[in-house]
Amino acid sequence: MTMTSKKTYERPVIKKLENNMPNKFGTRTIFEPISHLEGQAVNDLIAKYGSPLFVISERKIRKNFRKARQAFETRYPRVQFAWSYKTNYLDAVCNIYHQEGSWAEVVSGFEYDKAIRNGVQGNKIIFNGPDKSETDLRKAITNHSLIHIDHLDELYMLQDIARNLNIRPKVAIRVNMDTGVYPTWDRFGFNYENGQAWDALNKILFSGMMDLVGLHTHIGTFMLSPSAYAVAASKLAHLAQSVLTKYNHEIKYIDMGGGFASQNTLKGSYLPGSDISPSFDDFAEAITTALMNSDYRPKNPPLLILETGRALIDDAAWLVSTVLANKRLSDGRRSTILNAGVNILFTAFWYDHKITPAQPFTSYTEDTAIYGPLCMNIDVLRESVTMPLLNKDDHMVIHHVGAYNMTQWMQFITLRPKVVLIDEQNKVHVIRNNESIDNIRSLEHVPDHLLNFE
Amino acid sequence: MKIKSNIAVSDNGFVFNPASGESFMVNPVGLGMLNMMRKGQSQEQIVAAIQEDYRAEAMTIERDLLDFVEMMRQYRLLQYDDE
Repeated sequence: MTMTSKKTYERPVIKKLENNMPNKFGTRTIFEPISHLEGQAVNDLIAKYGSPLFVISERKIRKNFRKARQAFETRYPRVQFAWSYKTNYLDAVCNIYHQEGSWAEVVSGFEYDKAIRNGVQGNKIIFNGPDKSETDLRKAITNHSLIHIDHLDELYMLQDIARNLNIRPKVAIRVNMDTGVYPTWDRFGFNYENGQAWDALNKILFSGMMDLVGLHTHIGTFMLSPSAYAVAASKLAHLAQSVLTKYNHEIKYIDMGGGFASQNTLKGSYLPGSDISPSFDDFAEAITTALMNSDYRPKNPPLLILETGRALIDDAAWLVSTVLANKRLSDGRRSTILNAGVNILFTAFWYDHKITPAQPFTSYTEDTAIYGPLCMNIDVLRESVTMPLLNKDDHMVIHHVGAYNMTQWMQFITLRPKVVLIDEQNKVHVIRNNESIDNIRSLEHVPDHLLNFE
Repeated sequence: MKIKSNIAVSDNGFVFNPASGESFMVNPVGLGMLNMMRKGQSQEQIVAAIQEDYRAEAMTIERDLLDFVEMMRQYRLLQYDDE
């Protein structure tokens, strides 16, 4: 018998047939291998760029963005998106959003500098967050950026700087509120219900040193309830009308922040995210209806700003990885170790990421625990998932990894991998190189007395 | 590494243990191994026979065979010499 006439090997498996209550969703969750991403073979990508590897689709980013913009622009006359840098601040990614017309939304001096270096005009940068140093604020004021005040200490510091620079900062306040969704995010900004937000607005307008241009809120993360945004929009509009009534001052924009859920599945969720996450249209309908029905009556409708990040990019990126080994756990379950773990897939802590083999498989499955390569017990990608029979060196595709992983990743015990972008012509570009030990060591310094040992 | 003599195995990989009432499914490679074990073939013979039919390294087959046997032990399908 020649080699070519031999059959394809699949490891032996024996599975107990259970006579439990049937699961209405069926037992199999994976039907097809994902052998190609945007026209590129996963095997070729790994051969050329290594494994693990982040793969981002420019086509998908633009498609998602246009879908979101359309959802809002067909319902409201003045809409502006601001790309949430913390979600993914790789320059190439940010610039796709900037090309699509997005401003930048940043939450630190580092992100602010990144936006400036990307070429974003200062007056198109929204500066959020509780950590803005005096240097950051001076820069932002000079560049006429939109500064969203988080707390009174920042408000007082801004007044001091404005007095010294003799420039009027363009400011908004961040407002937190009860929208019927719990837990309420009350650690950022000024509270609506207890009057803090109104007090802050009075302080700004009485001081006469700052231009109050907007109102901002960001009610939570991975929000599954569009109606919460309707409540938030109504409350901001009410504040805006109070300012108009008392000071005859028009608020120019209402910034509804982000937090729209993506299609990922939260851990513990009974139904998959693709079935329960609201669409952009659902969020747009809730927000724009609430704004238009509100009692705010300015001469011009305020600009509606959106800082959505996750829902725009999550499904535009994949993490491809390789099976390192298979093991049997003490309870008989199969475990598979991948070369990508929570060090580069931080979101595995709260999502049940969909994971698909990149090569053909048969109908036989096993309950499998999928682990990362770290020497840490918490390095778990999926605690229990029905998977086809995987072999060492098989390639796997982890889905919906575009948000937060490439900003929250850790350089723990190993180096971070390359990130490639597949453009609209299916051409592959390395947009972040893999780290080397020299990159890491270049930041270290060993004192002379510690240089030598026997 | 002996299969209990009362275990029934069908040609399409259905395994039934009349003592417990439990049933199992094995894939084609597993079925091949199971049948050879029933015939009392040794580990080396089974690995060689599988390698004859399938594209796989002997080391891989041996590792998978040991895991397969371990799973059958957990499912109480194996018989020990003193039983």
